Amino acid sequence: MAAIIQLRNLSKHYSKTIIGVDDVSLSVEDGEFVTLLGPSGCGKSTLLRMIGGFEEPTHGTIHLAGRDVTWEPPYRREVNMVFQDYALFPHMTVGQNIAYGLKMAGEGRVSARSKAVEALELVGLPDKIDQRPDQLSGGQRQRIALARAIVRRPKVLLLDEPLSALDARMRDQMRIELKHLHEKVGITFIMVTHDQEEALTMSDRIVVMEKGRVAQDGRPQDIYDHPTSPYVANFIGTTNFLPATATQAEQGRASFTCAGVQLQVLTDTPPAPGARVTLGFRPEKTRLLAEGETAPNMLEGQIAEVIYYGLGLRTAVDLPGGASLFIDTLLPDTLVRSAIPKPGTPARVAVEPHNIFVFPGEVGP
Amino acid sequence: MTFLRRHLSGALVLGIPLAWIVVFMLVPYAIIGTYSVWTKTYPTFKPDFQFGNYATLFSDPQYLQVLLRTLKISALVSIASLALAYPFAYWLVFRCRWAGLRTWLYMAVIAPLWVSYLLRAYIWKTILGTEGILNSFLMWAGFTDAPSDIFLYNQFAMVLTLTYIFIPFMVMPIYTALERIPPNLAEASADLGQTPWQTFLKVTLPLSTPGIAAGFTLTFCLSFGDFIAPFLVGGPDGNLIAGVIQTQFGSALNWPLGSALSIVMLVIVLSIVSLSDRLERSSRVGA
Repeated sequence: MAAIIQLRNLSKHYSKTIIGVDDVSLSVEDGEFVTLLGPSGCGKSTLLRMIGGFEEPTHGTIHLAGRDVTWEPPYRREVNMVFQDYALFPHMTVGQNIAYGLKMAGEGRVSARSKAVEALELVGLPDKIDQRPDQLSGGQRQRIALARAIVRRPKVLLLDEPLSALDARMRDQMRIELKHLHEKVGITFIMVTHDQEEALTMSDRIVVMEKGRVAQDGRPQDIYDHPTSPYVANFIGTTNFLPATATQAEQGRASFTCAGVQLQVLTDTPPAPGARVTLGFRPEKTRLLAEGETAPNMLEGQIAEVIYYGLGLRTAVDLPGGASLFIDTLLPDTLVRSAIPKPGTPARVAVEPHNIFVFPGEVGP
Repeated sequence: MTFLRRHLSGALVLGIPLAWIVVFMLVPYAIIGTYSVWTKTYPTFKPDFQFGNYATLFSDPQYLQVLLRTLKISALVSIASLALAYPFAYWLVFRCRWAGLRTWLYMAVIAPLWVSYLLRAYIWKTILGTEGILNSFLMWAGFTDAPSDIFLYNQFAMVLTLTYIFIPFMVMPIYTALERIPPNLAEASADLGQTPWQTFLKVTLPLSTPGIAAGFTLTFCLSFGDFIAPFLVGGPDGNLIAGVIQTQFGSALNWPLGSALSIVMLVIVLSIVSLSDRLERSSRVGA
């Protein structure tokens, strides 16, 4: 597959101190679904707007299908954008909105209308062609915006937080529909979101951004299971962080002293003995041990709080050194509820050696 | 009694403005309407019910001419205001990057409204007159040797003065209408392959028509009823309908004819207002 979008050292500096995007190099394959993920202000939207042509970079280049489009205006780029609040033209019908971009491309009226109908069928709203945008619900407007953007068959479809304006139920539904639409039309999708769950469920590849830079770039599973920095570990999913000191290192594994106990960790890059590190592990990959049960990697503490959230429990455990961690337990059986631990009681916690991340240095709380 | 007490505050809130409108608007109109069917008997007039005054207005070409001239001047003022105000408002809303400058320039448009209307009309006398600034400049720059009197006391001077006076009423509604257009609509249009000029014609202009209609109505109706500017800078062919009405009530002492003229004028203004209201409403249904 060929790269459809190629960003080389792309930067957007508003001033010396205000930096939107900082030296981002990224290559997107044809047909990929890539998500730019990060908190607000991380530069993900700016990056998307530069690809769309709405903002000019201060440095670097953008290539679209091999052609340098860095300085091309939006109307000369074969990319289309789905705007956050849809940006439908209020003075036009749904059909006129969708055909808007076709008329200029030299399409006849009849052909434009039939293409609009086709696009509407693709998003499941064929009967709304003569309605006005203000007569539609949020979810319907979202689909019209999608239809309007894909009707021109752009090389790349840009989606700027497309689901953020929808309510939770609609959002879940649109997530799946968007994914299916991507498979159906085969256009490259680049989506911006701050919602990690959205990124994990929809994308082929996630680009996590931090302060204008790419923090990590990889498949959803790689990013979740092998975060390369505490920032990524904490932004995608929840992570317990504990300070530790390396005591022993050998090929592929290392030992650490952490909260008064020895922990074994499988790692490709074992730190030198004596090094200060931060260990991280996921709450759902951490286990509360039953009475009498033992495990190789075991931490002891006291239950501080138990939060019930329907699907399961999140238990906070205080460790002797003052640190605390979370443990997620699913409740797959109604009767298991009798086993909900009580705050104040002692607890023993186990985590498998291959489920622990090692980050160099210390991490603030 | 409790009924009255419960509704007293509501009655006061609505009653005072209602009374105001009845006493100071409807009653005067009724009086004017009554006068318009009376008969003139020099030096006074007597109660009657006949439409001779209206017949005079529509049969005497003199009045029709003044009416048409007033319509022409008002239309020219509205068009000139639109031509100046639209690009200015557009620039302020979409192109002016610095918010402080935008506020200042907008205030600069509004500020003349705080200056006496008479003074603002009079300014143009000092600019356009034979001893005025324009002539002094032309002579200083060597374009002419002697002061020219072609600038003042004609319809051009009237249109210029009225445009200057009423242009804030064009800028304000257009500015508001443009400001209300979400900026991402223009982006979406560009994204869909339209050049900036096409975007303007297909998105920005249609969405700002309510502002244009409102501005046009305001400037048109205000110029239509104006009589100071013609009085100060208008020439021998600058007599407008308001001036004629004033003469009828004043020196001509023909209140019935003046009243009939006022009623005709009122009908014209009201039909323009309702027309623009309908236009605005129809474009808002689309919005």
